[in-house]
Amino acid sequence: MAVGVSAISTEATHEPAVWGLVGNTPLVPLVSGSVPGEGRLLLKAEWANPSGSVKDRAAREILRAGLRSGALRGRRLLDASSGNTAVGYALLGAAAGIGVTVCVPSNASPERRGLLAAYGAELVETDPLEGSDGAIRRARELAERWPERYWYADQYSHAANPRAHYLTTGPEIWQATSGAVTHLVAGVGTSGTLIGTGRYLKERRRDIYTIAVEPDGPFHGLEGLKHMETAIVPPVYDAALIDATVHVSTEDAEVRVRELAREEGLYAGWSTGAAVSAARRLLASGARGPRGEEPVVVVIGPDGGQRYLSEVGRLLRDPAH
Amino acid sequence: MSTSVTILIPSALRPSVAGLVEVSVEAKTVGEALGVLTSTHQRVKGHLYGEDGRLRSFVNIYLNDRDIRELEREATPLAAGDEIAIVPSMAGG
Ligand SMILES: Cc1ncc(COP(=O)(O)O)c(C=O)c1O
Repeated sequence: MAVGVSAISTEATHEPAVWGLVGNTPLVPLVSGSVPGEGRLLLKAEWANPSGSVKDRAAREILRAGLRSGALRGRRLLDASSGNTAVGYALLGAAAGIGVTVCVPSNASPERRGLLAAYGAELVETDPLEGSDGAIRRARELAERWPERYWYADQYSHAANPRAHYLTTGPEIWQATSGAVTHLVAGVGTSGTLIGTGRYLKERRRDIYTIAVEPDGPFHGLEGLKHMETAIVPPVYDAALIDATVHVSTEDAEVRVRELAREEGLYAGWSTGAAVSAARRLLASGARGPRGEEPVVVVIGPDGGQRYLSEVGRLLRDPAH
Repeated sequence: MSTSVTILIPSALRPSVAGLVEVSVEAKTVGEALGVLTSTHQRVKGHLYGEDGRLRSFVNIYLNDRDIRELEREATPLAAGDEIAIVPSMAGG
């Protein structure tokens, strides 16, 4: 009997095998009990990516761009991140022999800092009171000071960030729904996910709705998301591609994270809870597709709850409502 | 006896305290210090506390770099020169 060995082919690309594991994540239908109103809610489980978050997609495409342009020749990749992009770079960089230096606020979860250490990335901790903007300023300083040592990739500005989603997330959703998707709901940090995926889907079907999910204020517990009104708006953000923005409170997102864990067996991160909360609100309000059809709402779930185990207490408090 | 301590304000809350980076208050405990802060700068209150009057789940308060959950929470006593930091989750990408 022949023994089949299935391995990931890297011959065509010369890329490390783990780079080939990025993407092709499952689209999980949420059970009807947790879906109000008519229509379907499908959750894109991005924690299935090799480093555990959606940011592997952007990290891989940015690394490819740096290799192609020669920017990474003899230099380390440098970027600022609230954590997930940093872990993605660290894993993919390790596999390709690319040095990775990341500026991360020191209040990044211990889980993330542990992962960065495991993959051997250089971690530059920045002032937690200055948040992600402080990490960005630090990365800029390092890049200016040692241009021969670092290539500052800048995920907030790099076109490869949304392009990664245009090339992968968008087509995956289109295929998995056989073109039936009516709404795309995604939280925005750099906004690369929503912009790239939305751009692809709108090219396939112009009237698809794209919905951005943001925290309800500048002070929030939805790691990875930005309140655009009070933040530096990322250059990759393209307001023309966003049909609506929904603001979600941290408490509402926590209720949804708990519900996903307890009722669906899906333990997701806070930003997933926020996106699901926004999508549920949409369905509960009786939203229909652009042509009056039953809505098929695709929600991006950027990462899993294991990345926040140190904060599991947030799920266990008696809800105030 | 009340003692003078400094509260470090994260960038996301500075617009609610007239742009201040730190605020000095007189208090005996961490909870009292936050109470002084929120009564002087009322817009901060809704950010820090939920409707039930408790600190919101994601709000981390550090006293000289130690999470007050590992100390005596809001009852943690203060000494002169202590620094209290309000540290939220991170925004970003
Ligand atoms: C947990 C989490 N959710 C959402 C996002 C937002 O994704 P994007 O940067 O593509 O907008 C991020 C970005 O880092 C994230 O880490």
